[in-house]
Amino acid sequence: MYAWLFRQLPGPLWLRILLSAAILAGVLLVLVDVVFPWLADLAHLTDSTVG
Amino acid sequence: MSKVLNRRTEVAQENHRTRRRRSLMTVQVVGELLITLGVVAILFVAWQLWWTNVEADAVQGGAVKQFVQEHQVPITNDPAAAAPADPAAVPVGTAPAHGEAIGVVYVPRFGATYSRPIIEGTSSDVIDTLGLGRYKDTSMPGAVGNFAMAGHRQTHGAVLDNIHTLVPGDKIYVQTADGFYTYVFRNQEIVLPDRTDVLLPVPTQPGAVPDQRLLTMTSCNPRFGSEERIIAYSVFDSWQPLSAGPPAAIAKQLAALQGKG
Repeated sequence: MYAWLFRQLPGPLWLRILLSAAILAGVLLVLVDVVFPWLADLAHLTDSTVG
Repeated sequence: MSKVLNRRTEVAQENHRTRRRRSLMTVQVVGELLITLGVVAILFVAWQLWWTNVEADAVQGGAVKQFVQEHQVPITNDPAAAAPADPAAVPVGTAPAHGEAIGVVYVPRFGATYSRPIIEGTSSDVIDTLGLGRYKDTSMPGAVGNFAMAGHRQTHGAVLDNIHTLVPGDKIYVQTADGFYTYVFRNQEIVLPDRTDVLLPVPTQPGAVPDQRLLTMTSCNPRFGSEERIIAYSVFDSWQPLSAGPPAAIAKQLAALQGKG
């Protein structure tokens, strides 16, 4: 799947490597900024307040 | 006859190969997705246990420094100058807006450099990043009644990680714009998460009229879980104005924080 996705990227090899690094960074940002906080709120693993 | 048969076998073999290739591809895609899921799960754990601490420590360290530098106090080693003021005249500040700083708390038992901001409110936007959160329905520092705040035990700065190490008699210093309030740790208890009565003016006694000035801290328990809450009660001991300088136990720390670094 990832090999296929990599082949779909345009341009020469160096550009495709650069593009995949950028996409990976984007995904990481979304995970840390949106998905993980949402998941943590959902899981209630670290609640420290009463009530 | 044999030609037709051969052709049939070829077609059958071809079909077989295509099916095999398809199922291999499916297995590969599912496998890669599962690996991705595993990596994301590891990333989540790393984010929760490590990165939230880095983030919160940076924000809170900056907030402490800012508060201390905006409220400069004389650093004095003269015990007479730092003598506690009249306890009857203890000032009580007014609550700021949600998310605004009330002051800074120093707990020498948690480390010689332990200081954390006290912020108004206990929603996750406050206690996940900004510092210890004051329960809005409780008293302000120094007031008769119960001044209660919450902080994370693990993750998000692990603000109250060592709450279980407090020993009766340990001092807890709260600095606000009105001065330094010294509290003395009294006892702790472990309760279920729905026990809001620990925040009452007289904890766990509804309707009772308070005559003490308490400081209550809540955090999760056990350390890496949240099935219970650990509650630490401290009793007011003394107050001194900012102009009298900090209590001796935190003078060194404050001097370092006030430095223009």
